[in-house]
Amino acid sequence: MDFVDTFLNMAVIQRVLPMLWLGVGNTLALAFVTLSLGAVAGVLICLIRLYAPWPLRWLAIAYIDLFRAIPILVLLVLIYYALPFFGIRFGSFVAASLALGLAFSSFTAEVFRAGIQAIPRGQIEAAEALGLSFPVIILRVILPQAFRIAIPAHTSNSVAIAKDTSLASIVAMPDLLKQATDAQALAANPSPLIAAALMYLIFLLPAVRLVSYLEHRYRPI
Amino acid sequence: MSASPLPEELAPCPDAIRVTGMNKWFGEFHVLRDIDLTVREGERIVVCGPSGSGKSTLIRCINRLENHQSGQILVNGIELNANLRNIHKVRSEVGMVFQHFNLFPHLTILENCTLAPMWVRKMPRAEAREMAAHFLEKVRIPEQADKYPGQLSGGQQQRVAIARSLCMRPKVMLFDEPTSALDPEMIKEVLDTMIALAEEGMTMICVTHEMGFARQVANRVVFMDEGRIVEQNEPEAFFHSPQNERTRNFLGQILGH
Ligand SMILES: Nc1ncnc2c1ncn2[C@@H]1O[C@H](COP(=O)(O)OP(=O)(O)OP(=O)(O)O)[C@@H](O)[C@H]1O
Ligand SMILES: [Mg+2]
Repeated sequence: MDFVDTFLNMAVIQRVLPMLWLGVGNTLALAFVTLSLGAVAGVLICLIRLYAPWPLRWLAIAYIDLFRAIPILVLLVLIYYALPFFGIRFGSFVAASLALGLAFSSFTAEVFRAGIQAIPRGQIEAAEALGLSFPVIILRVILPQAFRIAIPAHTSNSVAIAKDTSLASIVAMPDLLKQATDAQALAANPSPLIAAALMYLIFLLPAVRLVSYLEHRYRPI
Repeated sequence: MSASPLPEELAPCPDAIRVTGMNKWFGEFHVLRDIDLTVREGERIVVCGPSGSGKSTLIRCINRLENHQSGQILVNGIELNANLRNIHKVRSEVGMVFQHFNLFPHLTILENCTLAPMWVRKMPRAEAREMAAHFLEKVRIPEQADKYPGQLSGGQQQRVAIARSLCMRPKVMLFDEPTSALDPEMIKEVLDTMIALAEEGMTMICVTHEMGFARQVANRVVFMDEGRIVEQNEPEAFFHSPQNERTRNFLGQILGH
């Protein structure tokens, strides 16, 4: 049938499958680096935003506002195509990790700030009254509770940024989307794109389910 | 580790707490005025007074959850000022029990009790757990050790909060209306725990309107109004022959005659 031959051509998909798997690997690597480094940076920036002396706090606010406001695609293009004019050159993987990580860390910082500020004042007072030092209060009392509160929103942001890894194809990173478009050009047939879309769904549908589950599980009482 | 819950130690100063000429403002609002209060070791003070009179603020100044602007506060001879070392020293020797318990909801009952001994006193985990079990036994909830605070009744939570404080082996205990968030049937179990503590000689300051408790355990009742200590006396005299007009009004309201 014409439709199947054009959009679900198994012979074509079979031929380009190794290319697509390479793309899956790169996309997963990019998502992993962005999510892990971005989350750690986000929590640190959040703590600076809340507790550091004012010059640092203002810097953190500026950072968070800037990278939440700027479109990730614009940021990526700036990093990859504009920074070389200042002699700063990154490979496509690093440029993409940086753009996604800057954005994700600022989302994370905001989500955790809201989580920390939702913790009742009495928790900190009880911890202080026991003589606990500030770092112990942060690590043992505040962050564990903020994590619980922030988990649904943080997971939701994580899924969003995982989807945005496809922006990396703009800077010629061989991620899943880039590999699929290359394969499509090579085979002169759009089936690889359909296959790539299905591969994205295989990873992202469970993630979206997980978000719904966590939103239910950690809903405010 | 000795099994005695209250080690006999010679305090460097015979007064557990000495507050002299203390004033505090919240912005423009003069919340505590010329407070003088001395609490000897082993003494049990009940503080009462109308809502907004500054009772909570006063006891919160004693472990520096609030800072005062003038006058002096000495706790076991240590002056409370901006010196962080002093603040931590005082807080590790002064336990506080809050109206709303403020247990840590993400930690088990046992972990609530071991957190401060392990992190402030650097006590090994096994020893801290042993001590926590001892104090949970004392407040009569040893079987709940592995539950989370949300699984306990209000009265049980408040007793855990008391045990959590006792695990730091405090020299002074501060109570801020520990029973006023509880259902009536749970008030007694918490008061009984506090009475047992008093009988062991713990130095206590309790903000409470439980006048039966005051009669039974207090050495002295302090009445506050509009940021001042208006009157203080032994319970018998305080309840039977209050000197001040405002004390009489207040007692008339809460005792219902
Ligand atoms: N953080 C704060 N900032 C500004 N004003 C405050 C603050 N905390 C308390 N106050 C005010 O100080 C006054 C004394 O408050 P405090 O909580 O000490 O009263 P209280 O005697 O404990 O009253 P209650 O019986 O209602 O607990 C009140 O008028 C209160 O509104
Ligand atoms: Mg109060």
